[in-house]
Amino acid sequence: VRSALSQLHLAEPRRLDEALRFLRDDPGRVPLAGCTDVYVGLNFGTVSQTRFINLWPLRELRGIRRRAGGGIAIGALTTFSQLRASPLVQRQAPLLAQAAREIGGVQIQNRATLGGNIVNASPAADSVPVLAVADATLVLASARGHREIAIGDFFLDRRKTALQPDELLIEVQVPPLPGPGFFRKVGTRAANAISKVVFAAVRAEDARIARIAIGSVAPTVVRARRTEAALASGAGPAQAAATLQTEIAPIDDLRSTAAYRRQVVTNLFEQFWKETSR
Amino acid sequence: MRFTLNGKRRDVAAPPLRRLLDVLREDCGLLDGQPVASCLVPCAQAQGTRVTTIEGLGGDHPLQRCFVEQGGAQCGICTPGMIMAAMVLPPGAGLPEIREALAGNLCRCTGYTAIYRSVAAALRPTSQSARKPRPKAKPARKPKTRAKSK
Repeated sequence: VRSALSQLHLAEPRRLDEALRFLRDDPGRVPLAGCTDVYVGLNFGTVSQTRFINLWPLRELRGIRRRAGGGIAIGALTTFSQLRASPLVQRQAPLLAQAAREIGGVQIQNRATLGGNIVNASPAADSVPVLAVADATLVLASARGHREIAIGDFFLDRRKTALQPDELLIEVQVPPLPGPGFFRKVGTRAANAISKVVFAAVRAEDARIARIAIGSVAPTVVRARRTEAALASGAGPAQAAATLQTEIAPIDDLRSTAAYRRQVVTNLFEQFWKETSR
Repeated sequence: MRFTLNGKRRDVAAPPLRRLLDVLREDCGLLDGQPVASCLVPCAQAQGTRVTTIEGLGGDHPLQRCFVEQGGAQCGICTPGMIMAAMVLPPGAGLPEIREALAGNLCRCTGYTAIYRSVAAALRPTSQSARKPRPKAKPARKPKTRAKSK
């Protein structure tokens, strides 16, 4: 470990309201849940913050429930193991269950939380494209009260979100998808590999209507609105694939190259379109 | 903080963000029956849990025996993690389930076949003891010309 762990301070609230008061009084604290991201930084000595707050024991933020108006609500501390094992998620959000089983490996899935995957705001977050095509809503809480924000408005830049320092993400509301979904994670290996490209899409009953979201091709996960609009106004798949290329800005990095990512995005779009065409 | 390690109550005085790994001095363990990477767990989050490490299996667990008998141990570095990850598999689990359960563990010998064979043998419902010898016992690799500087 390259960080001096004995010099870090950990606040240990027992309830959500207590946690929110801690954050109100000391908004610089870093919330800890499954730690699968923060500890990588601590192990490498790249985390500069020294004050943390342990959310892991807060039962109020766990669990999955059916929502009255349709869809499901997922507590922010729900782990990917819990998501993939939940019959409710398998039935109501099968694409999310599929993504959950492709994230990390078992040891990561037992600890990593849906909320953590969102607030870390990694461009490669595997659950986020699924939530984006579901038009999910995030519930944020602070000592000042609650507010809701569309997932499309939450990510401002790479690792930057609309979350205020005194706020916590407490719940993710996932409406049902309007049709058959598609999810592909492309990485070096099946488990414990950060995505080169992660692609989620859904095709509505009206086959011209689709939603597409892609990770690892821009500073944030991208919802391909212009491509969706082109398809809705009757564009063919070739034209849509060309539009899709204008909506991404992949880079060369240690995981892949921009050119490879562009090709994979086209391939995955074509595969999605073929698989969901009748 | 207080937790149960391999069946025994333990009281540990450690800074809360010290890694569970360093508290256990072990690569991988089960936290309340689920495999986790203890290098990513602050020990504060082990408060009140039951922690099981490879030492808690006692040395004669069917998985440990089968790793010996089927040649699954190989160089040995990944073996504790592989065995702890396999602990959650149900009896009779098939190869796809075994592969998925172990997908988070890397073997730098890249010899997964012997590892899968060992786990499958331990999970075979009929042969708990798994006395079958490994199919093709290779002769022990001859020590190659070692670096002479040592």
